[in-house]
Parts: sequence; structure tokens; C-alpha cells
Amino acid sequence: MSERFVTRGFEGRPRASGASANRVPPGQYLANDFPVLSAGPTPTTDLRRWSFAIDGLVREKVKWSWAELQKLPARDFVVDISCVTKWTKLDTRWRGVSVDTLLESVELDPRAGFATAFSDGGYTTNLRLPDLVNEQAFVAYQYDGAPLEAEHGGPVRLVVPHLYFWKSAKWIRGLHLTEKETPGFWESFGYHIRGDPWKEERYGGD
Amino acid sequence: MLDWQLATIKAIRQETSRVRSFTLALPDWTSHRPGQHYDLRLTAADGYSVQRSYSIASGPEREGEIEITVERVADGEISPFLHDVAVVGDRIEVRGPIGGYFVWQAALGGPLLLIAGGSGIVPLMAMIRHRAVASPRPATRLLYSSRTPDDIIYADELRKLASRSDGLEVIHTLTRSQPAGWTGYTRRIDDKMLAEVRRPLGDAPLVFICGPTPLVEGAANGLVRIGVPPQRIRTERFGPSGK
Amino acid sequence: MKEPAPDDRTLDANAVAGMLEELFGADMTAADSKCAGCGREGEVGTLLAYTNAPGVVLRCPACSTVMLRMVETPRGRLIEAKGLAYVRVTR
Repeated sequence: MSERFVTRGFEGRPRASGASANRVPPGQYLANDFPVLSAGPTPTTDLRRWSFAIDGLVREKVKWSWAELQKLPARDFVVDISCVTKWTKLDTRWRGVSVDTLLESVELDPRAGFATAFSDGGYTTNLRLPDLVNEQAFVAYQYDGAPLEAEHGGPVRLVVPHLYFWKSAKWIRGLHLTEKETPGFWESFGYHIRGDPWKEERYGGD
Repeated sequence: MLDWQLATIKAIRQETSRVRSFTLALPDWTSHRPGQHYDLRLTAADGYSVQRSYSIASGPEREGEIEITVERVADGEISPFLHDVAVVGDRIEVRGPIGGYFVWQAALGGPLLLIAGGSGIVPLMAMIRHRAVASPRPATRLLYSSRTPDDIIYADELRKLASRSDGLEVIHTLTRSQPAGWTGYTRRIDDKMLAEVRRPLGDAPLVFICGPTPLVEGAANGLVRIGVPPQRIRTERFGPSGK
Repeated sequence: MKEPAPDDRTLDANAVAGMLEELFGADMTAADSKCAGCGREGEVGTLLAYTNAPGVVLRCPACSTVMLRMVETPRGRLIEAKGLAYVRVTR
């Protein structure tokens, strides 16, 4: 790549330093705010008609209404998140239900190894079951002590902090369990199938 | 070919408390069409690079240079740099002119209805400035929505141009506060306002709407509701309103 | 048509006109296009653009079908235009 002109006085974004340095994955910058990224219009959801389902390779499909989701054991999560567009935000605070709790209500077919998260608006992302269990993922309905705003994925989004944030599907409506991994919206179009920020798995072939 | 070139900041003018205009001298200047924009690119020493589009505020009659008008957005990547760091003499990478849809030149005729919200006035100002020195000069009405009188960009110049009685009228709506004795509009653009403003321009003016997304979509939908043919309406969205 | 929310950050293809010109070699915003999803015809400049994303997405304003996607990868630029029934660039 040719020499790029450097703009006098432009310093770009802060990288990590000091105590937080080893919490920021390679190639990432620290974000002060919470950037809103979206591939489409923000859906508006009527909570009376909202539901979250786990289907596919399960013995019986399970569905929760908004009221039913609220009754499930919930807890607070404080996690670092990293977006493939290079910003990382430390100590984000959420409240929601662990995916482990949701999976307790279903009996998985022994062939189930992967899940496709599907959302209002048509977005999908694929995950391996081992990345969803053991307290590694949750569905969140509160951010920073308040109901999750629509532009950040409310009423409910998936949060999988150990992978790039495109895997944390906004406006999630369910998990579809499968035997083979089916690339989702970005995975089928240039992005890495798994997306581990610590290995900089940004693009397919990385 | 759309290539990057190094522009030099020739002059800086403060328009309002949050808005600044920059005159950029271009080594490879080409005549633009009012409504077009340039892309600007900043690169830090570590290679971090960011790029944004800025509408050209000046008409093509100013050779060798363009003016861009930039609102300082608090969490922006480029505008805080332009406002807080850049000085006359600095060089910035630009490429352009870009765009073929949201453009107007005198040869396209009129009558013209221009609708602006906030910094959406910028590309429309290029059209107005070009119109002032071009011919023919169609009947033109600018409906410009701002929060307060201090937020009106190009206020003096618009006043002067409108006072020439050459068919340009400027109608402001001030949605948050107005000066003493104000008799103009004091609300967000709605269908009634659109109908009143466009009445003298006839059934099918050429319309250009630019500003925050909600204003642009609201005005476009409203104009269609009051009977303006959709194919006469052109829109450019600038994203959410500044806070 | 639904009135947009006050914080709507949707843009239109004018915001990515430079990128489109790089890809196609000419201004595309004035080009006619047709949505493969619903058949809507309109200039590319009227397509809705989502640029705050891991890539650029252009959608039909009538039915939201993804008409064009573009991602910059280290190995090159990926473009998909399955949702574009056609584009007509006039000289």
C-alpha cells in the first residue's frame, strides 16, 4: 500500500494504556460512547406480540412471551465488548437471562451443535453451542440500569462478549438449533465464521 | 477518475457558535454542480483513518476553490478536528466533486422549492449562490427550519439575497425560540406549512429537501400528501439531528 | 409511510456516492434502479443507506430488501447486489 498523507494534528482514537491495556484485544481502540451500528432500520416491536423461541433440533420448540421472559431468573452482567469496526468498550453493564437458563427448558437433539440467532428485521448470525453455554452468553433487556433502547437492540438482544459484537444479535427473537453451521448475515459476506477478537478473526480466511 | 488531492485551507469563517465554513484551495479543482459534495479524509500517524462527506456550500463560479460548511458534532470524528485543531494553511485530503442525483443548475429551470433543516442548508446554499449569478433565475422559495435565530447559518447573506427582489424568498421557521416581535412560523414543518409555502410556486415545483432524516422524510411525505408529484422531489438525509 | 423516529440515523445512497463511483467508475446516484424484492423503481440516490456497520448496506425504501452490500476486507472489496434487479447508468 502506498504512503498515506498524515494529517497534521489528527490523533485518531485512543488505544488502551496502563491498567486496561491487556483488556483490549489487538487492533482495537477504546470507545468513550456506545456507538450504534446497524445494517437496517430499527424495528419497533409490540411487546404484547413479542416472543423468544428456541426451535430447530430440539425435542419440542419452546417459546417465551415478554412477561414469561421477565419471570425467568435474571442477573446483572458486567462485560467488555469489542466490535469488528475496532472499538472496544470496557465494563458495560447489562441485565438479562443467561442462555444456559433458556437452554434448561429445552431438550437438545444430540445432533445439535450450532445455533442461528434470528432477529426482527431479518438479521441472522451463527454461533457454536460451546460459545453459547457456561455463562458465556445471555439475552439482555436492560443496559446501564435502564430498559434497553431500540437503537441498541431493545427490547431484547443477545450478548456474547467473548466474540466480536456482530454476534450479539440486536432485536433477537430466537435461536434456531442446527447440525451444520449456517453462516449468518455478515459471516456469509466476508466476515469470519467465529469472530474471536483475541485472535483477530475479523474476516473470512483470517 | 475520482482521485484524492491535497486541499489547503485558505480561510476559516465562524458562521454560528457550532458551525464553521472553510475555504479550500484545490490544486485539481473542477467545476461542480450545486448539491454535490467532497469526501474528506483524515489520517493519523498510526494509520487510523476516517472519511466523511461534506456538501459544497459555494457555487461553481468560484474557480480553484470550494467552501464547505461544517457543524461541530460532539462525538464526531472529523468535525471536532476541523473546529478545534485545523488552521489556515493546513492541508487535508479531499476527493470529488461527487453526486449526480441531488443537484440543481439553472438550466434545469424551476420553480424551485428548497427545504432545509439545520446544516441541511449547505447544499441548498450552493444552489442559491449559483442561482444568484446565473440565468434564467426561476422563482425560488427556501423554507429553512432552525431551533433559534442564532442557529441560522448564512443569515445575513440570505437576507441580502432575498432583498434583491429577483424571485428568491426565504421563509424561516424557528422551532425553539424566536426574536421579539417574530411573526413567522414557530413550529416543525407540517403539511399545512408546506401547502402555504409552496402555493405561489404552482403544482409541480422542483423540490430539494436536506437535513436530519426525520425532517427530510416528514417533508417529503407531506409534499406527496398535498399533491406534489413524487418524481419532482429530491432528498438528501444527513442522519440524526445534532444534540 | 411510517414517520421516522427522532433519532433515526438512516442515510441515503448520497452518503456513499464516492464509494459507488469508485466501484462503478461513474456517478451512480442518478442511475435508475429496480428492486429485485418488490419491483420498486427509483434512482439509486433514493435507496436507504446504512453505513454504521461492518459494511455498507443499501436497502429498498419500500420493502427494505438489501439491494447492495459492500465490505472492505484485507483481500479486497466484496460487493453483492442480489437485490438489484438492474441499474441503468445514463451517459
